[in-house]
Amino acid sequence: MMDSTEQTRDIALEVNGRAVAEQVPVRLTLADFLRQQLGLTGTHLGCEHGVCGACTVLVDGRSARACLMLAVQADGRTVTTVEGLAPADGPLHPLQQAFHECHGLQCGFCTPGMLTTLAELLAECPRPTEDEVRVAISGNLCRCTGYQAIVDAALLAARRMAGDAEAA
Amino acid sequence: MKPPPFRYHDPDSVEEAIGLLGRLENARLLAGGQSLMPMLNMRFVLPDHLIDLARVEALRGVRLEADRARIGAMTVQRDLERDAALAERLPLVAEALRWVGHRQTRNRGTLGGSLCHLDPAAELPAVCAVLDAVVRVRGPGGERQLAFADFPLGYMTPAIEPDEMLVGVELPLWPRGHGHGFAEFARRHGDYAIALAAVQLALDASGRIARAAVAIGGVGPAPVRVQAAERALLGEAPTDAVLAAAAAACREVEAMDDVQVPGTYRRQLAGVMARRALADAVARASAQGT
Repeated sequence: MMDSTEQTRDIALEVNGRAVAEQVPVRLTLADFLRQQLGLTGTHLGCEHGVCGACTVLVDGRSARACLMLAVQADGRTVTTVEGLAPADGPLHPLQQAFHECHGLQCGFCTPGMLTTLAELLAECPRPTEDEVRVAISGNLCRCTGYQAIVDAALLAARRMAGDAEAA
Repeated sequence: MKPPPFRYHDPDSVEEAIGLLGRLENARLLAGGQSLMPMLNMRFVLPDHLIDLARVEALRGVRLEADRARIGAMTVQRDLERDAALAERLPLVAEALRWVGHRQTRNRGTLGGSLCHLDPAAELPAVCAVLDAVVRVRGPGGERQLAFADFPLGYMTPAIEPDEMLVGVELPLWPRGHGHGFAEFARRHGDYAIALAAVQLALDASGRIARAAVAIGGVGPAPVRVQAAERALLGEAPTDAVLAAAAAACREVEAMDDVQVPGTYRRQLAGVMARRALADAVARASAQGT
């Protein structure tokens, strides 16, 4: 619902490798833009005030809470959501595969934020320690797993992505 | 939509931003948005105008000079954390930043945003306090500088007029070989501190404390320097007894009660955090000192 006093702007950005041009209300958060306007509901919204980490996406490769950014601020940027981690018809991202194998998710609500956050970590730090993984996901709340399986999955994915033979 | 309606402005210069601030009624500046956006989402603040500083490139960046680091107000915390040249001269900054929120919020949150929000438990104001930062504020009449000691007027209230904005911070460098320490207690990693201590120490050739700065955050309405602790350290050899005396002085700071913990507990923690930060600072100064 948009009344006539609502200020809007045209924005152009890249989302998961696809050029997107849309008109948005200036107060629309990036998270709501992705979910409601682009239909990318993989980005989950938990707390909507920057605490739970479920809405984490990558903006120009850096993790950010999509609930704490306005869609207008993504103008000209490159956004990657969980849907963009792996090609639609291709194999899972190594992190997704490892989460699957290690039971790194139960209800799955926190998973998109975990995956995007860890994707940034592994891009920067290909061989993280367990401690580094735990610190990296300190801003992502999971109420199912107790985190242990998530940490295991992250470390397994890291070994595979770094090409360690015994992890294959 | 979660945030209330507002008009959005995204100037690309400081002059333009100050012009908008002066002209528009009930306007708020948006820095990295890691505090203001939650407040907008919860509708704790209802601005008629939001002035987004993200496009003001002149406000970003770290420049090291002979005796100081000049940091733009819109420098992203994560960039500050990873600035190798700054980390070499003032390692306290990167160490404290690892306690600031989480990676995702540090990718967006800025130095200036944190200082202007001035949460009593935030790390960066305490870092500025212990480093004797100079704060640069610009308004329609030009720029003025003030010592960080004069920046907090009270609980979450920076000394900035409604038509002014923070443009930068200068951090005076310490001599090479100084020691730093940062200790914080929070319920979970990334939470605001219940108490934190930031320490800078320099030893003279004989191993006595030639210079000391001790700040406590999270305990009172704004971070404070603890001069009694600094006096207890100056000129002394850094023995356990001397460090304990300085830490004891940190238990005397003004403390707030809140729903989380009583002030007495905060004061107790202030002493413990000070003791840990002092021990780290001494170990590092001894290791590097001449």
